[in-house]
Amino acid sequence: MKVAVVVFPGSNCERDCEHVLENVIGASVVRAWHRDHELPKVDCVVLPGGFSYGDYLRAGAVSKISPIMKAVSEFAFSGGPVIGICNGFQVLLECGLLPGAMLRNRSLRFVCKDTFVRCATERTPFTSGLSLGEVLKLPIAHAEGNYYVDAEELRALQDNDQIVFQYTSGDGEANDGANPNGSIFNIAGVCNRAGNVLGMMPHPERAAEDVLGNSGGAALFASIIHTL
Amino acid sequence: MNNLDKRRFAASHGVSDEEYERVLEVLGREPSMTEIGVVSAMWSEHCSYKSSRVHLKKFPTTGPQVVQGPGENAGAVDIGGGLAAVFKMESHNHPSYIEPYQGAATGVGGILRDVFTMGARPIASLNSLRFGAIDHARTPYLFHGVVGGIAGYGNCVGVPTVGGEIYFDASYNGNILVNVFTVGVCKKDEIFLGVARGVGNPVFYVGAGTGRDGIHGATMASAQFSDQTEEKRPTVQVGDPFREKLLLEACLELMKTDVIVGIQDMGAAGLTSSSVEMADRGKLGIRIDADKIPVREENMSAYEMLLSESQERMLIVVERGKEDAIARIFDKWELEWAQIGEVIAEQRFEVYEKGELACDLPVSLLTSAAPQYDRPRKRPAYLDALKPAVIDAPDDLGQAFVELMASPNICSRASVYKQFDHMVGIGTVVRPGMGDAAVVRIPGTEQALAITVDCNSRFCYLDPREGAKLAVAECARNISCVGATPLGITDCLNFGDPTHPEVMWQFSEAVEGMSEACIAFDTPVVSGNVSLYNASFDKDIYPTPTVAMVGNFSRLLEGPGRAQGYCDASFKGEGDRVVLFGRTDTNDIGGSEYLWTRAAQLGQRPPRLDLELEKAVQRLVRDSIAQGLLLSAHDCADGGLGVTLAECCIGAEGHALGLNIEMDIDTIARADLFLFCESPSRIVVSVREADLSALVSQAEAAGVPSTVIGTVTALPRLVWPGVLDLPTGDLQHAHKHGLSRLDA
Repeated sequence: MKVAVVVFPGSNCERDCEHVLENVIGASVVRAWHRDHELPKVDCVVLPGGFSYGDYLRAGAVSKISPIMKAVSEFAFSGGPVIGICNGFQVLLECGLLPGAMLRNRSLRFVCKDTFVRCATERTPFTSGLSLGEVLKLPIAHAEGNYYVDAEELRALQDNDQIVFQYTSGDGEANDGANPNGSIFNIAGVCNRAGNVLGMMPHPERAAEDVLGNSGGAALFASIIHTL
Repeated sequence: MNNLDKRRFAASHGVSDEEYERVLEVLGREPSMTEIGVVSAMWSEHCSYKSSRVHLKKFPTTGPQVVQGPGENAGAVDIGGGLAAVFKMESHNHPSYIEPYQGAATGVGGILRDVFTMGARPIASLNSLRFGAIDHARTPYLFHGVVGGIAGYGNCVGVPTVGGEIYFDASYNGNILVNVFTVGVCKKDEIFLGVARGVGNPVFYVGAGTGRDGIHGATMASAQFSDQTEEKRPTVQVGDPFREKLLLEACLELMKTDVIVGIQDMGAAGLTSSSVEMADRGKLGIRIDADKIPVREENMSAYEMLLSESQERMLIVVERGKEDAIARIFDKWELEWAQIGEVIAEQRFEVYEKGELACDLPVSLLTSAAPQYDRPRKRPAYLDALKPAVIDAPDDLGQAFVELMASPNICSRASVYKQFDHMVGIGTVVRPGMGDAAVVRIPGTEQALAITVDCNSRFCYLDPREGAKLAVAECARNISCVGATPLGITDCLNFGDPTHPEVMWQFSEAVEGMSEACIAFDTPVVSGNVSLYNASFDKDIYPTPTVAMVGNFSRLLEGPGRAQGYCDASFKGEGDRVVLFGRTDTNDIGGSEYLWTRAAQLGQRPPRLDLELEKAVQRLVRDSIAQGLLLSAHDCADGGLGVTLAECCIGAEGHALGLNIEMDIDTIARADLFLFCESPSRIVVSVREADLSALVSQAEAAGVPSTVIGTVTALPRLVWPGVLDLPTGDLQHAHKHGLSRLDA
């Protein structure tokens, strides 16, 4: 499997994603630079976390007009699997590849900690290796991860099976105490209607090795291999 | 400007009459305004170390592990595998008091540049913070600003902030301390130095454009605070972490080519100090054309450009003929760059402005010929007025325990470190709050480093020599508690006004104490920083020689489990036995948090340190961890044995356990002093029942006193029959919410 990791100026999780993809999953990785107009021929695209363009103006707002995102959009429209993690999720929202928007965390502070998330659908290429209702421990690290959609859009997300992860307690209950940032309906990750584009705030690449005390996140990357 | 005005101008920038005479003597003429600015910055305490240098010479700085000692942008030690750990700590005290968010943020930016300018990609940062009393009116503002600034900068650049320490004390009401540490890793034979070599080689400026921010920051940081402090706000720089991230990537990319002769970041005194220091190390000169310097404001004079402390800038000497690499890489990263000068044979610092020579100074005037003072020293009178501790046993020991857990100097720092991205880089094995030191694996290898920072300034106030020793000892103990071997230190020596003889006495004593301890632990000083004039309205801060230590693991890290090769602090499960290594002396109550919170006393002396016992305890714990014997290890520090046991029960993730203490109370005169005195050289470990006898005999063989404290229980209560019976949850609640009053 060949994966493109997109690098914007200010991305800072691209090396982490590369490490997990290459050394844990065994994929081969190529980098795509924000100024590139074309993607290399790949099976999957990863938009990593960080502060692309310094998050100036608004997280992800400048990245959406970079040349590479046109190529990523085309890849997504043709059904290619795309995952945006943290800042990558914010970019996908700004591009309109995913519905919704991000608000500041309700604490108004950056939050870095472990959270529990429950898999709400296995239909995406990134969750096909998980079972419905499975709870993973994944860390978050963001200041703008308070996901928002209006009531009508939320209904549409539910009707179309687009909610992929919800923040829960360790035993899988999506209550307010388990919500780290104020996201509506405890949403931690959503996909597009077709299911091939996933955006999520938690960092699976930070929880993919035993040496870090937590390897549950590796399943997301491993799923892609099984899907292809 | 006439000559008298010039003299006054120089004086207003901290150049004394005597020093001005010295400039005249060396130059044989009156200096220009620009030259006065350059001299005042380079001769400032901050840049010249003029009051401290004579003492710093006493530090042990060599050893087989030292790859780069003091004098460069950062120090480096050999960590095996052909790699070096490059690290340094810097203070940003004065700017952070004036403008806490930007002051702290640019402190982080500066220390990151000090490390990556050596060719090392930063892998982790720490910070050591001192604020005024928690109920002082300005403390919440300063606290939130500083924490926010560190988070805002470090998180964006993508270097994890993995640990640190925070103290609150009225001694810092008018002058907070912000010390930041970064460690990076590179191949040990691929270190880049800040040196100008090769006459005719071009000098490049890269990074952000120069603005008027931070002009005379170095001079500002070399004076006390007074009523005019607010007016100094413009001397604080404004950071742009996004640009720093680009600069980091661009510099590391350039370092993979073969074009760099020398490279240095523009820190205090900006372009001036970077040029002069590079020229000095190469025994050559540098000529700069100020009109070529990239600027972001109009009509800047050479004076302003030379003294600006705008952030995210580097100076690079490139091999002639290989200039193209600069354009290619810095254009790619959308950074400013310009060839602004060249290396010259004459050992002079020459700056041209509109074709005219605006500055023409011998490099030596600014470096080796800068003034050095052996300032008068005097043992402070307050030491003779200190009174022995007087403290009654509490009526309710449990209540006293809970109150101590909530003390701002002891309670949980989770609300702070959750604001720092402490996991980016996927290297953080032992996270903040989990262990005595942070453990960070090195990307692309199976090696790992342990890092920690410590200083108890109350101990240093009571006895600067012993206090400084205790700071080094605690760092080494922290490193040992996670299973690593201490390798070297860096320091921030934060002291008061050096013109006070009492302050210089404290300084000299602290340096000697640190030196003695560094020799004992074989941890040379490879880099560091001195911050003087930490005083407001003539009141000096407590002497605060902050120490940061790096250790490494001789064994590679494996997955979690029995033979993981490292340890964290929390108890693991029911039935495990708890053992205390070391000796408890209930007279070691001076300077303790218990004495302060209950009786508002400092006492007469800090705890007594026996370096030989300390070394034996640490070695025993390291060896036991390497053998896979230990399930946890946590040293006794602030709050003594009691707080250590409580923290072991609480654990990092809130899976609280309990402890049944089985010691015979009849042998202990005062349970409160036994639990809360702060004798050093003590480590609490837990083992499986089956391993207990092996561990106790190892301790005996190592000459280390060991005491079986008790047994871990699933029932979350701390029970000492006849003495104490407390729910772990009560201790945990107090611990968790100790800082919440800052949010009110």
